[in-house]
Amino acid sequence: MTLLTFIPLAALIVGFALGVILNRHPIRSALCLAVTLFLLAVMFVFLDAHLVAALQIIVYAGAILVLFLFVIMLLNLEADIPQKRRRSMSIAAVAGGVVFAGAVLRPILWAGDTLPGPGWSESAPASFGTAESIGARLFTHFVLPFEVTSVLLLVAVLGAVVLAKKKLG
Amino acid sequence: MVPATYYIALSVTLFSIGAIGFLIRRNLIVMFMSIELMLNAANLAFVVFARQQLAVDGQVIVFFVMTVAAAEVAVGLAIIIALFRHRQTLNADEVRMLRW
Amino acid sequence: MLIEIAIILLKVLAVLGLVMPLAGALGWIERKGSALIQDRIGANRASIYGFAGAGLVNTLIADPLKFATKEDVIPRGADRLLHTLAPCVNLFPVLVAFAVLPFGNVLIVGGREINLQIEPLGIGVMYVLAMMSLGVYGVVLGGWASNNRWSLLGGIRGSAQMISYELPMGLAVVAMILTYGTLDLQQMARAQGELIWGWLPAWGILYQPIAFVIFLCAGIAESKRLPFDLPESESELISGYFTEYSGIKHLMFFMTDFVEVIIISGLIATLFFGGWQVPYLYASGFEFPWGSSIALPNIAVVLLQVLSFTIKIIFFCWFQIMLRWTLPRFRYDQLMQLGWLGLLPIGFVNIVATALAILALQTT
Repeated sequence: MTLLTFIPLAALIVGFALGVILNRHPIRSALCLAVTLFLLAVMFVFLDAHLVAALQIIVYAGAILVLFLFVIMLLNLEADIPQKRRRSMSIAAVAGGVVFAGAVLRPILWAGDTLPGPGWSESAPASFGTAESIGARLFTHFVLPFEVTSVLLLVAVLGAVVLAKKKLG
Repeated sequence: MVPATYYIALSVTLFSIGAIGFLIRRNLIVMFMSIELMLNAANLAFVVFARQQLAVDGQVIVFFVMTVAAAEVAVGLAIIIALFRHRQTLNADEVRMLRW
Repeated sequence: MLIEIAIILLKVLAVLGLVMPLAGALGWIERKGSALIQDRIGANRASIYGFAGAGLVNTLIADPLKFATKEDVIPRGADRLLHTLAPCVNLFPVLVAFAVLPFGNVLIVGGREINLQIEPLGIGVMYVLAMMSLGVYGVVLGGWASNNRWSLLGGIRGSAQMISYELPMGLAVVAMILTYGTLDLQQMARAQGELIWGWLPAWGILYQPIAFVIFLCAGIAESKRLPFDLPESESELISGYFTEYSGIKHLMFFMTDFVEVIIISGLIATLFFGGWQVPYLYASGFEFPWGSSIALPNIAVVLLQVLSFTIKIIFFCWFQIMLRWTLPRFRYDQLMQLGWLGLLPIGFVNIVATALAILALQTT
């Protein structure tokens, strides 16, 4: 992936992410997030993570965000009224975020290309990131978290059903 | 080949945008979406490191992060719906009282 | 490098050249077919000096011209950007999903082997599932951006139905993945060229009849056609989630409906009916089980394969259109019960049985 394709893609991702947090209407934020997730899936494909990219679209952009849109539609939300009295807190939050980002970015960007790792300069083998390789790893080394995750999903389904039920009587 | 540091810089930028969004927005749903943005920034970092070490473990972790995010969104949105039914508002400043 | 890009562009043009006219023709076939079933004449007014051209005038000239020249109305209070965006977001994923559908085996041109599939992705079938998941956005946006309570209702129903039936569809596809051991649709189509007992083509439906039924039901529910068309129930919600769209936007929603019919037909043909396979046709020609064989050049083999694929797609499109006017509409709770309490458990049992059968066959 050359710089020529990375810079526009990264700019678009950052732009739509800013759209998520800056939009007045929640549904436009949700749509900006959908585009961000789709562009991140594109970036995953460039990083040879094909199965993860497909899962990102199926699970994140195709299910989780649809759930967000559902809730926004069900609750029939209107655009947010801008509030003026929390201006000082907003400025403090933005300043804090920028300082944090700068503090983390400075050693990373000034370090140059010295992050250790064997695979960056060579192209990945064709079996890297395919469903077969992830499946092999998932069901041998990570089988215990896999089973625990299924229990977690069951708990989440039960919790969501109980919480969203209308109380009778 | 783009240096790996650029990808990590993008991940950090996304994470801080999510964190700032969580702090400045008061609408509960937009706060939730900022959390999802932070999770995705972490996913990007995992994928980059998996590619760098040529080890699929990073992508398996991303698989688990997505699953946990799905479970969390389901429960969180159910809580938001229940809260809206009770208080008719989704402003985080107006749901401060824990009574009734 | 340039040759590869040109080949991919040619493949894209070939697939779009098959899909888009077929989507237009399906509109006319639906009107005429429903007219024949309902014992009436149907659309017969479009003709040039009395020449109606068996619906070609209607499909190619009259219908598109009518849609293109209608006034584009955006309801007051509706979100203008989302109202214009919804039909595009609806049409994009279903068109892009054709990228992994194989329409032939290998075309040998000037010593170069061209795989007749636009892009052999490693993740194959999951790409189609991902694009079908993105199709929900068009419905959600269409319902929301209309500023109309009934459209919103149709949009919520439609998206709930689509995400509910993605699951049985995925389970049926998982059963096929287990049977063929690969995610790539071209490998699955090639694997269906084997012969069981020496004479029966090993098509997917012989291995997985239950998965075929599940996939058929889930696919028709995904494209929101009758008997599952409560989101756009024409007698109750007018057009449901795309009531407030006129002109080109309505054409795009309509076209999405038919392109989804075509992609579901294409998937059924590829997964369960051998795709481009003609029984007993191999790369060198026909080889019948009773010994005789007919040698054919590569171009004739490829033409026969593409023709067989097209015939299978058209058959399943016709089947879905006929189904529309044969079965009554499902009520919404019946629809949800069928998806969650009927197809989903059957899909799970099917997968477990398939896995056990594969294990048993491997150890013997």
